[in-house]
Amino acid sequence: MSGPFARRARRALRDQQLHVALDRTTAQLGLRRATGLASLEQADTVRDRARAAKMALLHSLADSLRAFEARLVENGARVHWAETTADANRIIVEIAAKAGVRRVAKSKSMASEETHLNGALERAGITVVETDLGEYIVQLAGDRPSHIIMPIVHMTREQVGRVMERRLAVPYSDDTQTLARYARTRLREEFLQADMGLTGANFGVVENGTICLVTNEGNGRMVTTLPRVHVVLMGIEKLVPTMADLDRFLKLLSRSATGQKLTAYTTLVRGPRRAGDECGADEMHVVLLDNGRSKILAGETAEILGCIRCGACLNACPVYRAVGGHAYGDVYPGPVGSIVTPGIRGLAPFAELPSASSLCGACREVCPVRLDIPRMLLALRHEAVEHTRQPAALRLGLKIFGRVASRPRLYRVGAALMRAMLRSRARNGWIRRAPGLAKQWTRFRDLKAPAAVTFETAWRQRSAAAKRP
Amino acid sequence: MIVQLFPTCLVNEFHPAAGMAAARVLERLGCTVALPEGLTCCGQPAFNAGFHDEARLVARHTLGVLAQTDGPIIVPSGSCSDMLIHQYLELFEDDAPAADAARQVSARCREFSQFVVERGGVRASMKTPARVAYHPSCHLMRGLGVRRQPLEIISSIGAASVPFDEQEECCGFGGLFSIKNADISASMMDRKLAAIQASGAERLVSCDLGCLLHLEGGLHRRGAAMKVQHLAELVDEALE
Repeated sequence: MSGPFARRARRALRDQQLHVALDRTTAQLGLRRATGLASLEQADTVRDRARAAKMALLHSLADSLRAFEARLVENGARVHWAETTADANRIIVEIAAKAGVRRVAKSKSMASEETHLNGALERAGITVVETDLGEYIVQLAGDRPSHIIMPIVHMTREQVGRVMERRLAVPYSDDTQTLARYARTRLREEFLQADMGLTGANFGVVENGTICLVTNEGNGRMVTTLPRVHVVLMGIEKLVPTMADLDRFLKLLSRSATGQKLTAYTTLVRGPRRAGDECGADEMHVVLLDNGRSKILAGETAEILGCIRCGACLNACPVYRAVGGHAYGDVYPGPVGSIVTPGIRGLAPFAELPSASSLCGACREVCPVRLDIPRMLLALRHEAVEHTRQPAALRLGLKIFGRVASRPRLYRVGAALMRAMLRSRARNGWIRRAPGLAKQWTRFRDLKAPAAVTFETAWRQRSAAAKRP
Repeated sequence: MIVQLFPTCLVNEFHPAAGMAAARVLERLGCTVALPEGLTCCGQPAFNAGFHDEARLVARHTLGVLAQTDGPIIVPSGSCSDMLIHQYLELFEDDAPAADAARQVSARCREFSQFVVERGGVRASMKTPARVAYHPSCHLMRGLGVRRQPLEIISSIGAASVPFDEQEECCGFGGLFSIKNADISASMMDRKLAAIQASGAERLVSCDLGCLLHLEGGLHRRGAAMKVQHLAELVDEALE
C-alpha cells in the first residue's frame, strides 16, 4: 500500500499531461487492434494454432535452442550464450572491441533495455544511437520507454517538440511530420557512420535460423545492412518452429500491436553477407539471453514466455491506462510486465506488481496467444504471500477471515459485531470515515452501512410467515 | 424445480433486498427457492489476495454445505459464480475428493441472469420505461462469458439500456484491489462514473454487488442522485 509502485502510481495519477497522452494513444490502439483482428480470417483458429506452436516449443525449449544454434552456425553467424544481463553486455562490448567498433546504431530492442546495454557500451567509450524514432526521442530526453511498442506514449507531441528544440538545436514544432523530418535527417548520418548495428529479434525461426524483425520506419533494415557488424540480442524464448508458424505470428503481432495487417517493413536476416550478396554485414553475432527465463520456465508462470510483446494487454489494461508504464519500475510495464519483471528481477522488490490489477481479464481477452495473465498474477500473489513481507493488517485480517468464514456460527457472531460497529458510525445509512483497512475505501467513496436485518434472517422470517395458517 | 440460492456475503450483510428480489423472480419462473444452511462467503477475498490456505478452508466449508443440497445453485453475482465455477477447481487441483465435489458444484452453479434466460426469460405485463446504464461486471462478462443475458432481460421488461463510453472497462472495484490500490481504483471509478453520468441514464444496474457498492459509494460521495440497483431488483420491480 505504500511501496515503490504505489508511490510512483500516485505521482502518475496526479500528472495531467500523462493522462492526456495515455488516453489518446491507448484508446486509439485498442480500436485499431479490434479492427485489425476483425480483418483476419479465422482469427480464433490462427490464435489457437500460434498458441499451440509456442507452448509446444517452450515445452522442449532446450532442444529448439540447440537446433536454432546449429542453423545459425550453418548460416555463418556466431552464437553466444548469456546467462545474465552482465554476461550479455560483456559479450557485446567484447565483440565491439575486437572489431574496432566506435559507433553503434540500434534498432528497437527490449532485451537491450533489459540489460541496460547502452550504458555498458558508453562506459566502454562507444557511441550509441537509437534509430527507432520513439527510442531516439527517449534517448534525447534522457528518459526511459514506458510502452513496449510505443516508447514515448507518455509524452505529448508538444513535449517531444521541446526536447528536439533543446537537443538538436532546431526550431520548436508540435507538428509530427516536422518532428519526424528533424529526426530522419540526423539518423541518416548515424546509419552511414555506424560500424555496428544492434537489433533485437521479434522472432527466431528454428527450422532455418532466420532472424525476423518488424519495423514501421525501415530502420531495422538499415541497421542490419549498412554497418559491417550486426549483433542480435534476443531472449531465449523468442523462437518459433517454422516459417509457416512465423507467418501466423506476424499476422497476429502487427494486428495486435497497431492494427496493421503487416508492418511497413518485415526484415528477414539469415546470416552475414555471402559472396554475391549486394548488402549485409561482414560478421553477424547472435547473443541469446537467459536472465531468469529458465527459472520462469520451471515455475507457475512459464506460459508468459509465449508473449510476443505486442503491447495489446497494456492498451487494454485500465491500471496501465491510469498510471502509465514508468510506475511499474522496470522495462516491461503493464500486465505482462507484472509477470515478467518479478521473473527476471526477483519477486521481493516487485511483489506489489501482481496485486496491481483488478483481475478484470481485459488482458487475457486481447492477448493474441491467449495467455492467462490473471491466472499468473494470482499465482504470483500466492508466491508473494509465501515468500515476501505483506502488510501486517492484511495478513492478520485474512488469517482471521479464513478461520471464521469456515465456521458458520462463529461467522454469524463476527458478522453481527462488524455490522453493529459499522452501523454505529453511519449517518442516514452511509459511513464517511471507516476504521481499519476500510479507511482506504472511504478516502474516495462513502461506505454503505450494513443492513439492520441480514438476508438470512429476513428469509427465515418470510418462510416462517408463509408456514403460518 | 427446487433451486438453491447462494445469496453471497455482500448481499447478506449489505443489501438483502437484492437477495429477496432474486428469490421472488425465481419463484415467478416456477422455482421453489431454498436457502442452504450455514453459507458464509465463497472465499474469494482470500484467494485473490494469494492466501490460498485460507481460501481453501472457506471453500471446503462452502463445498460441504452445497454438496448436501440438490438442484441448480443460483448466485446473484458474476464474481462469486466465477469463483465457484472456475477457481475452486484450481484451488483443489491436488485434492481428488475435494476436486470431485468442486466439479459437481461447479456444474450446478448458475449466475442469476444466466439462469433466468435459460429458464425462458421474464415477461412483464407492464412496461418499465426506465433508462438504464448497465455495467457489465468483468468476471460475469469475461470469466463466465455472460454478455447478452442481462441486456435481454432489461429489454424484455421494456426498459432501455443506454450505452456509455468504455462500457466494458473495469469499474475499479476488484475486491481488495479497492483497498490495496485505493488511488488507482478511485481513478478508474471516476472515469466510469463520468461516463455513466454523461449517458443520460436514470439508474445504474449491474449483476455484482461489489461493483455496485463501489460505484454507489462514489456517487454518494459526489452528492449525485442516481438509483443504483442489482438487476434482480429492477426485474422484481417490473414484475410486481
